Amino acid sequence: MKKYETLTSKVVPLPKNDVDTDQIIPAQYLTSTSRDGYGQNLFRRLRDTEPDFPLNQDRYKDAEILLTGYNFGCGSSREHAVWAIAGANFKVVIAESFADIFSNNSAKNGLLLVSLPKAVIERLLKRAEKDDLFVTVDLENQVVLVKEGLTTEKHSFEYDPFRKHCLLNGLDDINYILSHQSEIDEFRTRNAKSWTVSPSNSNEENLALAGTKN
Amino acid sequence: MSQVKSTSKPKKHKTGESEVQTPNAMAKQPRNIVQKIWDSHVVSQQEGHPAIFAIDLMLLHEVTSAQAFQTIESRGLKIANPERLLATIDHSIPTRQNRYEIYDEAARSQVETLRANCKRHGVPFMDFDSGNQGIVHVIGPELGVTQPGMTIVCGDSHTSTHGAFGALAFGVGTSEVAHVMATGCLLQEAPKSMKVEFKGKLKKGVYSKDAILKLISIIGVGGANGHVIEYTGEAISKMSMEERMTICNMSIECGARAGLIAPDRVTYDYLRGRRLAPPDSQFLKAVEYWNSLKTDKDAAYDKEVVIDLDQLDPMVTWGTNPSQGCELGQPVPSPKSLPELERKDLEAALAYTKVDAGKSIEGLPFQWAFVGSCTNGRIEDLRIAASILKGNKVASGVTMYVVPGSESVREQAMKEGLDKVFEEAGAQFRMPGCSMCLSMNDDRVPPGERCVSSSNRNFMGRQGPDSITHLASPATVAASAIAGRISSAAKYL
Repeated sequence: MKKYETLTSKVVPLPKNDVDTDQIIPAQYLTSTSRDGYGQNLFRRLRDTEPDFPLNQDRYKDAEILLTGYNFGCGSSREHAVWAIAGANFKVVIAESFADIFSNNSAKNGLLLVSLPKAVIERLLKRAEKDDLFVTVDLENQVVLVKEGLTTEKHSFEYDPFRKHCLLNGLDDINYILSHQSEIDEFRTRNAKSWTVSPSNSNEENLALAGTKN
Repeated sequence: MSQVKSTSKPKKHKTGESEVQTPNAMAKQPRNIVQKIWDSHVVSQQEGHPAIFAIDLMLLHEVTSAQAFQTIESRGLKIANPERLLATIDHSIPTRQNRYEIYDEAARSQVETLRANCKRHGVPFMDFDSGNQGIVHVIGPELGVTQPGMTIVCGDSHTSTHGAFGALAFGVGTSEVAHVMATGCLLQEAPKSMKVEFKGKLKKGVYSKDAILKLISIIGVGGANGHVIEYTGEAISKMSMEERMTICNMSIECGARAGLIAPDRVTYDYLRGRRLAPPDSQFLKAVEYWNSLKTDKDAAYDKEVVIDLDQLDPMVTWGTNPSQGCELGQPVPSPKSLPELERKDLEAALAYTKVDAGKSIEGLPFQWAFVGSCTNGRIEDLRIAASILKGNKVASGVTMYVVPGSESVREQAMKEGLDKVFEEAGAQFRMPGCSMCLSMNDDRVPPGERCVSSSNRNFMGRQGPDSITHLASPATVAASAIAGRISSAAKYL
């Protein structure tokens, strides 16, 4: 995973609530077995039906921050939604709130999610829709900086300290969990249930499982 | 066996003059079922860090697993507990009779990749014609591998279905699928808990699907974010396992991390005798443990909701997310009085579904009817649909798909002659899979056409680009298919 570094970018406004992962990347684009190539179909339906949709506009082509309403990323658990957003070069999503699984998936891929209060989101969305809006997102200090003429607005945000540590250092969870292997083994032995029947990896035995009661 | 009654206050032991709480007494503080399952699966937790949380079972399907196998292999890791995994194919497969040939190259490669990965890593795989292939959330319970008190994950948000058995079951992304493969564990923060009490009794023609759609319409698609729901109440205790699975299945549609129901006699009767359920010699021992999972008297929740189902009528969605639904006969709400962002979202939803605000959607004509999916593709759902279709015909201009959730459901339906009922009514009885619930196989609703569907999501384009979805119970789908217009099943019951 790449380390997160403070960035300043133009903001792409998406003034909607409850944007679901089917909107972010429709199911027909999920048949790939790779993590790459989803960026071109990010928000495919909106791109196809709304000529003015920001991702159809040249002026947003280098933008790395997406700005949207509440409960962003609800619905399907598809990590492809995060791969699509990251694949379209976004590094940060700022929203009023995020759905759970989407939030977990983002953290595992170095995509920073920032929650700001409703009133701030609404004001920033309005500004971004009217004019180009540039924003700096600093995870180390947990602040979003918005330049307005000569003054700078400062909005602090909360962020889970463990996730922050992982994001700033580019760490993923596997090694952390593996470093507790002996505790895991101990736990498994202690909690084994005498009644467990495991499914088999033999096709013949699986065939024999057929015809269970209904 | 004697049972210690828990009280709202921890028990205290006298030692000399002062009273101290023993660790043992602390453990007797009343806990709800979510907290009990959580506590029993925390392997360890460092301060300020998420818990290392043990997963008992991971289900795999072709769409969200290939990249996880790649992660394992590229890092030279092994699958920690292949016997704790169970894989099948459901999302991208065809449901026509000859389903072995997958025309779409990417979909075919996805299926072949899973087959090869399972073989290479010794993962149990339920292939076509194994007798157990089907939608992952249908086959787990059917095989008896889904059990109370377990932690279950899958790269699929409808994993919450398994909560009907009193398991803590939730969807994860592909990265976390890889974590479980490599370690058998996940890093997790303790969830908040939410109690949903369904009071009263469902009227005839009203089903658990209507109850869960009602809840979602009240609390919204983000109403339970961060929480695990425990469903309780008179209505729940009277439901069959199939009905309970429909309720838990849609927990994610109000944002819940999971939804579950405490195990009881209904659960145990369903499980007993299934091939991967505890064998008879161990069953009572298992039941004793499962009974201990129930929420203690006086245990608290972070949030509580009570819904009275006595007067509920069948629900149908009119918008583009599962919370945008109402009872048949009620008017679709008007966006006029809403704040700007909400108003625009609602206007966009109504423009997409071409539904008029202020009017009921009863009587709206449509072209497609679908009974199936992990929400409503079980044998009881097929029985209800068949009981309504029997002796009737699907209206001309409507194509109806009935897609069993698994090979085993299909076989049972055929044993009961339901296939004949569907065929005589003019509906297509197809092979098992996710089918028309999501547009990633051949079964799609064409652009601009409307489908009344027993599935779980009415998002824009969910059933095919520019398709329109109305979610409803299998009974409402069947009755509507006969009329060719959205209709109540009341007159057939």
